[in-house]
Amino acid sequence: MKTVKFLSTTIFATALIFSCSSDDESTPEPVLEEEVITTMTITLQADGQADVILQTQDLDGDGPNLPVVTVSGDLSSNTNYSGSITLLNETEDPAENMTLEIEEEDLAHQFFYSVGSGLDAETDYNDADSEGNPLGLDFVLSANSASSGTITFTLRHEPNKPNMGLEDAGGETDIEATFNVSIQ
Amino acid sequence: MRNYILLLLIFCSIASMSQNCDNSLSGKVTDIHDGQSLVGVTLTIANTEQSIQTGLDGKFYFPKLCNDTYYIQVSHPYCLTKGYKVRVFGNTKKSFKLEHHVEELNQVTIEGKAFGENSKTVLESTLNKEDLERFSTGTLGNALNSLSGVSSLNTGNSVVKPIINGLHSSRVVIMNNGVRMEDQRWGVEHAPNIDINSIGNLTLIKGAAALQYSGDATGGIIILESPKVAVKDTIYGQTSISGISNGRGVLVNSKITKSNLNGWYSSFQGSLKRTGDTEAPNYLLSNTGVSERNASIKLGFNRFDYKIEAYYSIFKNQLGILRASHLGGAQDQVRAISSPTPLIINDFTYDLNAPRQDVTHHLGRIIAFKELGKHGKLSFQYDYQQNNRLEYDIRRGDDRDKAALDLELITHTVQSNFETNKSDVIHIKSGIIGRYQKNYPNPNTGIRRLIPDYTKYDLGIYAMIDTDISESLILEIGGRFDYTHMDVYKFYRNSFWESRNYDVIFPEIVVEEFGTQILTQPKLNFYNSSATLGTTYSFRDDYKLFFNYSLASRAPNPSELFSEGLHHSAARIELGDLRFNSEIGHKFAITLQKNNKNYSFSIQPYINTINDFIVIEPVDITETIRGNFQVWEFRQTNAQLIGVDIDASYPINEKLKLNHQFSLVKGYDRSRDKPLISMPPANFKNEIVYKNSEYNNFRISLQSNYVFRQNEFPNNNFDVYIPQTETYELVDFSTPPGAYHLLNFNSSIDFKTSKKTILTAGLEISNILNTSYRNYLSRLRLYADDLGRNFLLTLKLNY
Repeated sequence: MKTVKFLSTTIFATALIFSCSSDDESTPEPVLEEEVITTMTITLQADGQADVILQTQDLDGDGPNLPVVTVSGDLSSNTNYSGSITLLNETEDPAENMTLEIEEEDLAHQFFYSVGSGLDAETDYNDADSEGNPLGLDFVLSANSASSGTITFTLRHEPNKPNMGLEDAGGETDIEATFNVSIQ
Repeated sequence: MRNYILLLLIFCSIASMSQNCDNSLSGKVTDIHDGQSLVGVTLTIANTEQSIQTGLDGKFYFPKLCNDTYYIQVSHPYCLTKGYKVRVFGNTKKSFKLEHHVEELNQVTIEGKAFGENSKTVLESTLNKEDLERFSTGTLGNALNSLSGVSSLNTGNSVVKPIINGLHSSRVVIMNNGVRMEDQRWGVEHAPNIDINSIGNLTLIKGAAALQYSGDATGGIIILESPKVAVKDTIYGQTSISGISNGRGVLVNSKITKSNLNGWYSSFQGSLKRTGDTEAPNYLLSNTGVSERNASIKLGFNRFDYKIEAYYSIFKNQLGILRASHLGGAQDQVRAISSPTPLIINDFTYDLNAPRQDVTHHLGRIIAFKELGKHGKLSFQYDYQQNNRLEYDIRRGDDRDKAALDLELITHTVQSNFETNKSDVIHIKSGIIGRYQKNYPNPNTGIRRLIPDYTKYDLGIYAMIDTDISESLILEIGGRFDYTHMDVYKFYRNSFWESRNYDVIFPEIVVEEFGTQILTQPKLNFYNSSATLGTTYSFRDDYKLFFNYSLASRAPNPSELFSEGLHHSAARIELGDLRFNSEIGHKFAITLQKNNKNYSFSIQPYINTINDFIVIEPVDITETIRGNFQVWEFRQTNAQLIGVDIDASYPINEKLKLNHQFSLVKGYDRSRDKPLISMPPANFKNEIVYKNSEYNNFRISLQSNYVFRQNEFPNNNFDVYIPQTETYELVDFSTPPGAYHLLNFNSSIDFKTSKKTILTAGLEISNILNTSYRNYLSRLRLYADDLGRNFLLTLKLNY
């Protein structure tokens, strides 16, 4: 019957399409994300004092593992520390220095420092972008009396510049990390 | 032309001898558009040449007929002649509908639907050419929204995804000119890739009853067809230009059709649309412009017993996504939600900046029909689709202008359908379909693939039978089986692979290890059965009662299976599950319909129970170096949707008419005993239409649309710690916005500019009162109000 003939043609045509499609058997290449920031290291230095290193490392990015946050030691009271921030993408080998990218796009980035209420410390910017507004890769941290509490570093992408602080900065959060520190 | 049909009818009819020939056939002939009686229509019975004309009331009466099947030709000077097969049993009543005015418009429609009727036991909703033209500046979703039971999931005003009876995305199948759209419809921010201006007729089937199209349409099926072309010597076309105030945009659309009496025909259609940033009542919605370029071409050859047609369309759509909706983590969400205005408002521009989408969809089809006389009708179809989807995100460094998502989905389908009449009362449809699909996610994006590389094979087979048990009772039964095989290459992060225990469950699918990632090759098989059973009972002349049960099975889509990571446009982490099986829906629908010229209504209650329903919902907050993100996980549960759609229309007099519509749906997660997320709130529409066909077809309408507040919703709010203020803040994205009421105005008038041309001018105002409102089903409702007032001015020339 004609129907049967037509149906069998259909099946045959289907099979034909199916079979010729499976020739290109090559496995896909993995994607190594280049924009990702996995690691932020904050180095606090002061004359005659040991360096204090604050670090957060999140090697699987938005994967299920939590970031590993470390603080190398306590700050000394009544000391002005000069701070600098380094950003790395450690999913690449060797790790890529992402600080350079932030420096290149300084107008589109800004770091903010939020000192928690328990901690007697102040921060001030120590660098500027090409238009004279703060960028925040370098800063000064004044550790005052002995106390303990949190300090949070926030990197905003495409903030309003200049701004009064995080309240009116807008933009999107690229990094946000909180460290528990003590001043002795 | 008329003679051809008569000839055909004579050919088909079977000379008959019968004993009882004292029966009659009576009825009425009406205009298909407005239901008006047609005077002077000639009805001729083939073979006997018995011929009569309708009277002033459009009624006719044939005496002395036998219990037999007759072929009747219905003709009228201003209508296309049509042939009908009528079964006379006792004193039979039968009404005919003709397409009137066709001569005036130089357009004639022919019969020859790809699949005859879609389903005989489910009430279909349709939008004809005239209705669709009112939505020419909008999207397919906007047009569908005008039907009861349909709402939409929006991302701004340009991404409008239809929701049918509470279900959307992979649960809604769209058939575009006989081709099932394969355009990555799993994403909630992926709108159907269809140009509304290329459609001549839209049919909506709520539920999965039309098995010839698919077995997995738990929500429903939308059938779109390009305008039909007549077999006669003619050339006609239409060009329209529209100005859009909100978005300061313009739409140009043009189509031209040429057909010949020898059967050859061709038509071409193209449209261009460009708008800039749109406005809410109180502020600009930055980065919401659209640029759309579409074209379609059709070429065919139509004879009475066979037809061949080729169709190709290209759809290219670039659109901006509200800039203020792009966020980092939960802290940013707190800021954005608590702000009364969007966080980013720039000056008006036509530029489309990141975040934005750029989608291209090619669709090609070749179809051939052959009438096999007594044996039935056979069709064969091949179609090809290519969908390229690019999504641009806010990025940094060298990747700034690179797409964050770059997918290419290619689909080939072959199918054959066969329709036959076993006897006068038994009608059978059957078919077989094979599909090959390949998805290629371009790794050059520099972002891990959201949807993996895969090849998919589908094989489907169906059969549907309907039978007239008596004059007034139709029974329909159908079944379908689909086999789906997926061969996937998927990279998993080691941390996710292990946290899910996949390393223990699926060690055999690992192909290769790459440091922090592993490559796996899942091979998945799904065996899906679907079925339908229904009856239609006609009584008291103009009442019909439909009952339908449909069983639908849907294989999980790639996003439900393989999602694993941050979804930037939603600012949340989404996790799929490799272990999912098909979801199975059981839908019972009853419809009571009354259709007559004094008033008509339909009431459609339904209950849809879906086992292993795949739902995504928040489960956790996770900390990353970018701050806190909410984690949404797909899971399977048992869901139930209960609802009712009511339509009513009442003509006050010949020119004035009232239309009413009410839709309600309630959705519950039965396993956890709580409401489902994103269920459309109740919606009440009332419209008054004045139309005067004696005065230049002047039409004016005022529509009121009241959308209730959704009172049933799952509470997925969470607290997030804000280090700057050292406080916990609530992220409230669950609480639905309040009820709102919109008024819309629409008017049009025709001018006969020459013997063969008609100019139509139209003015439309939507959201007349410039009401500020937020729509629960808009993904941007947390960040900005919906669109404000919009004036649309359209000039349309038919020639």
